[in-house]
Amino acid sequence: MPSDAPFVELSDVALAYGSTAATLAVERLNLTVAEGEFVAVVGPSGCGKSSLMKLVTGLWPASRGRVAVAGETVKGPLGIVGMAFQNSVQLPWRTVLANVMLPLEIVEPHASKLRRERATYEAKARDLLKLVGLDGYDARHPWQLSGGMQQRASLCRALVHDPRLLMLDEPFGALDMFTREELWGVLQDLWIARRPTVILVTHDLREAVFLADRILVMSARPGRILAEYRVPFARPRSLETTYLPEFTELTHELRRLIAEARVGAPTEATP
Amino acid sequence: MSDLPSPLPPDPNEPLPFAHDESFAERFRLVLPWLVLAMFVLLWEAVVRLFHVPPFLLPAPTAIFASLVEWGPQIGDAAFATLVTTVAGFLLAIGFGVLGGVLIGSSATLYAAFYPLLIGFNAVPKVAIVPILVVWFGIGAIPAILTAFLISFFPILVNVATGIATVEPELKDVLRALGASNRQIVAKVGLPRAMPYFFASLKVAITVAFVGSIMSETVASNVGIGSLMMTASARFEVPLVFAGLVVTAVMGILLYLVAEAIEKRVVGWAMRGHR
Repeated sequence: MPSDAPFVELSDVALAYGSTAATLAVERLNLTVAEGEFVAVVGPSGCGKSSLMKLVTGLWPASRGRVAVAGETVKGPLGIVGMAFQNSVQLPWRTVLANVMLPLEIVEPHASKLRRERATYEAKARDLLKLVGLDGYDARHPWQLSGGMQQRASLCRALVHDPRLLMLDEPFGALDMFTREELWGVLQDLWIARRPTVILVTHDLREAVFLADRILVMSARPGRILAEYRVPFARPRSLETTYLPEFTELTHELRRLIAEARVGAPTEATP
Repeated sequence: MSDLPSPLPPDPNEPLPFAHDESFAERFRLVLPWLVLAMFVLLWEAVVRLFHVPPFLLPAPTAIFASLVEWGPQIGDAAFATLVTTVAGFLLAIGFGVLGGVLIGSSATLYAAFYPLLIGFNAVPKVAIVPILVVWFGIGAIPAILTAFLISFFPILVNVATGIATVEPELKDVLRALGASNRQIVAKVGLPRAMPYFFASLKVAITVAFVGSIMSETVASNVGIGSLMMTASARFEVPLVFAGLVVTAVMGILLYLVAEAIEKRVVGWAMRGHR
């Protein structure tokens, strides 16, 4: 159950590219995410959503302000994070199972136990594959799978080391609509089964409303949080939910906010 | 009346009119290179005989073959010496090329620092280095090994460095966010990813390694195919010079095939389109 103390906390964070403060990706960014919560971040293109990913995972240090995860200031990469991207970036020379197990070779304490307890870990990875519907594909190579299946494997890889925080950057952005909606269900099942804290960055407003407990809307660059919405629908949500009037209303409202945020925004892409 | 073919159903045992025999096409492709080679040799022989080309200009394939038989033991010794020096230089090139490629490919700073120097170094004609190597190491196998090494080292290094430097940034982020060190990223992703590049470079490197060792042998050695060809041409034994060339070509092809066979085993995943 979500506790009261924030699991992820950004206070007055700014991030600047390059040597000077000329290009601010995000500025005066404040947000909190409770443990076990599913938060979606939406915003106009180039609003610094990817910068948010890099800040929370500790890949980039904040230029100003404080980023804290699990009560501690983030100073570098954290092993308790799992990541998945739009590009599923599987390793073509490894089987699906070996791809999923990659984080176990790096994150302690798994890395040092992996050799002795390989069978246990393999069983665990297979369970995950089963959960996302990739039963019996563990000995295949990623390039033998469809895009949607590769993305399922990518979710398994993000979760195999039991991360407390799952960071998703447009994980379904490259998929067709039917596959995408199917994977929303898969992700929801995974989240219900394991309850990690999730931060989902997406352009797809229906995806945000379908999946999240809470939605944060970011402004154009430099990115700040413009608005916050609680999503009232009970879980597990089904695709039927997406046809409720309240669903459409919320999506519509988000769409209007982002259109407003885009006005006056620079038209360039993110670096 | 009855000679009209019945339209349906077709006889399942009758071959389709436009189906071609797969296995025949495959077998034909296997013998095709040998056919081309045989035609080339026949044409060569015919030209030499028809136009009465003197053997000291262009010996006929039969004359080259006769010379191969006549000088068999000497050619065998020389070929073995050249093979050993070439493979030694080639193995050195693999060792230093992979090491250098990993270092330069995994660090943008090292890349910026050393790449211009390496390009300049590679631009120096290796034949100009042989006399310097002779001054340092004397006549014999060592300058030949080093020349083979110097000439085949660069393509390996550049390819390994490219393979490692072009790891997808998202994949690096996934691993770094888990706390992976640079060394782990290179070991888990960079090196396996660089393998197709590495093998592509091996096929170039093994061929130029022969160029290096034979070049050095012609200038500064008294063993090996290069030296044998030098001696033969000084004595106007032109068929023997050509015999040396043929033996070199055969050795080059054999080592190329070895590299290709290892490649197929190790990086079959990268050639999935060709299966």
